[in-house]
Amino acid sequence: MTSHDNVRKATAGEGKQSHAGLYAAQVTVYPKAVHGPARTFKWGVLVFCLAVYYLLPWLRWDRGPGRVSQAVLLDLPNRRFYFFNIEFWPQDIYYLTGALILAAVGLFLVTSLAGRVWCGYACPQTVWTDLFMWVERLVEGDRNARMRRDQGPATIDRLWRKGVKHAVWIGIAFWTGGAWIMYFADAPSLTARFWRGEAGTAAYFFIGLFTFTTYLLAGWAREQVCTYMCPWPRFQASMLDEQSLIVTYQPWRGEPRGHGKRDGSPATAALGHCIDCLACVHVCPTGVDIRDGVQLECINCGLCVDACNEMMVKTGQPKWLVTWDTLAGQKARAEGRHEKYRPFRPRTLIYLAAMTVALVVMGTALATRAQIDLAVQHDRAPLFVRVRDGGIRNGYTVKISNKTQAPAEFELTLRGLPEGVMALAEQSGAPAPSQTLAVDADSIGTFRILVFGRPAPQAGGSQALDFMLRNVASGERTSYASVFLGPGGNGR
Amino acid sequence: MPTKIEKDTLSGRETTGHEWDGLKELNTPLPRWWLYTFAACCLCALVLFVLLPSIPYGPGYFHGLLGLSSRATVTADVKGMEAQRGVFMDKIKTMPIEQVKQDPQLLAVATAAGRTVFASNCQPCHGPGGEGRIGYPNLADDTWLWGGKLTDIQQTVTYGIRSGNEKARISTMPAFGALGVLKPEQIEAVTDYVWSALYGHAAEGADLTPGRALFVENCVVCHGNNGEGKRDVGAPPLKSAVHLYDDTREAVAAQITNPHLGVMPAWERRGNNTGLDPATIKSVALYVHALGGGE
Repeated sequence: MTSHDNVRKATAGEGKQSHAGLYAAQVTVYPKAVHGPARTFKWGVLVFCLAVYYLLPWLRWDRGPGRVSQAVLLDLPNRRFYFFNIEFWPQDIYYLTGALILAAVGLFLVTSLAGRVWCGYACPQTVWTDLFMWVERLVEGDRNARMRRDQGPATIDRLWRKGVKHAVWIGIAFWTGGAWIMYFADAPSLTARFWRGEAGTAAYFFIGLFTFTTYLLAGWAREQVCTYMCPWPRFQASMLDEQSLIVTYQPWRGEPRGHGKRDGSPATAALGHCIDCLACVHVCPTGVDIRDGVQLECINCGLCVDACNEMMVKTGQPKWLVTWDTLAGQKARAEGRHEKYRPFRPRTLIYLAAMTVALVVMGTALATRAQIDLAVQHDRAPLFVRVRDGGIRNGYTVKISNKTQAPAEFELTLRGLPEGVMALAEQSGAPAPSQTLAVDADSIGTFRILVFGRPAPQAGGSQALDFMLRNVASGERTSYASVFLGPGGNGR
Repeated sequence: MPTKIEKDTLSGRETTGHEWDGLKELNTPLPRWWLYTFAACCLCALVLFVLLPSIPYGPGYFHGLLGLSSRATVTADVKGMEAQRGVFMDKIKTMPIEQVKQDPQLLAVATAAGRTVFASNCQPCHGPGGEGRIGYPNLADDTWLWGGKLTDIQQTVTYGIRSGNEKARISTMPAFGALGVLKPEQIEAVTDYVWSALYGHAAEGADLTPGRALFVENCVVCHGNNGEGKRDVGAPPLKSAVHLYDDTREAVAAQITNPHLGVMPAWERRGNNTGLDPATIKSVALYVHALGGGE
């Protein structure tokens, strides 16, 4: 509701026109600097998140000679994703599903417990907007100075300040875009190639793209992203219930609001604690009035809590007029009762259970991840070949994934075909019951295998044939169930 | 133009001024930047409309100012690929085929080229996997009429079999029945012998001695004393489980009476610029060799 109020105020201020119109201009928000625990925490999260984002690609991780030495690297051309001591292959993509499920349920859990803390502290839009606002405040001054300068004439003072601000913004945006591409290639060498102009079109394109989007979204769009573009505020209400901690104004304590010193004089004796100073509104990064209650635009950053506390101390009243509480808690307090915060409720327990399941499944899958993988594809044409001595030959394409960091030899054997022997196509050597195949480190070896045998007469032209694979050095095993085809079935 | 903008008493918000059968809509203004973004997108669409192929008209279409054409792009890509491949194909052309097989890079190129050449030229008779069919030899098994070494295959592909080419592989089998060399009962006797002793099928109570005698007299010159075949003349092995003209007694008798003589065209490049160039022939020979039966 409040955004429309803002819109109405703004458009009403434009002059004669008294109607809102079908399109609303963006109302510039001039957030005021504030100090307090919420602000300190917000700075901490900001520094942590940005440090991780900017520095993580530069973290080195020794994987042995001749190997990728970047801790986190998404190597698209070679189809590998390195994450510290884990190396993902494209066929491990389902771990991404698991990670996304974890992230989503984690977000739901945190929201149902403590409201939109993601929006308020950790969301990249919030973090970069906060960083850009900090730059703005350094260059142009705090809320009042900025407003005065913007409303005044276009002076040299205003021009150079704006110029410096935008230059710094673009610099940060460029650094942000630059950090992004570092996740996709070896950071030090990519940086060198970038400045020599040899980094490839994709690198320059994505740096340009992310420089532009960072500058646009954090510098200009800001709260518009949260209010109009982001889907999360639209459905986060379904995670919240009357037991969720949210940033809230305590109307039972603050109302009726009014100016004036609370010195017991008759003029102010009937008033609540709220002195209607608008400090909470002035510090709000999205420009809302927390006293209107839960609203879409509120990102729960708690800066209004800090601002109000400051005023309460100044006016000699108890702190926490704006505070973190639940809707149920507020209702109880208004009635003079006290209600305990209940973090464990069916909703949070279900989220916790879902997270635990996802974590256990992911952890187990990761811990027991095979370093070996076998895939066997039976020839499609011909399904089988009859050889001169009356035996049957089937062709297979065998792919062996060696996920270890050293070249390895694998022993391939057959199960299910008595007296079955096999040979490598285009290689000399008599067919043998087993073959030893060498595969390079961290790669897939492809072999064409010819299996000679006589299918059992009762098999009806198709019998099960298992390929058994063993890493000669480590003993790790795997198998692949295939078939051996002969006449009498679908073939001739 | 909406004229009746009023304040909704319940929400305190304005209506849009539109009214449909008594229904009024609260005004929830869109951000103005959204409108501008929308307009910018429309403008982009218009620009693309002018730059790229867009409006069709009967026999043709508006090509766009950039003159972009997917077909031209593909043609250029194909040309580029051919140039890239040409380097390798030139090497393959001058190298003996066994040497090509020893070079993993050239072998990979040749096998890839051979696969497509096989699919567009050889597959109609020999099947998609070289499995052949009755009258057309299986190229994936271990039986070869004219030899299964790389050079043998290369020669067969280049000059063909009974193709009319002067270097073609050529041989003939007399029509023992049609020319009256053997009488029908003699043909029956030879058939019994071949069907039972060589093809390995049970012949109920047949005496194979006369058939064997006739076989020695007429057939061993080409097919060998024990039916092992003779590649010099393309005579198929008869003591085998693989049979070009099917594994039936009727097929044996028919072949003795009036034989099929298979023909394969010569694929060498001819005067009218048809056929395959030497590098391509080597490629397809390497591919066939790798189907499973190569010697």
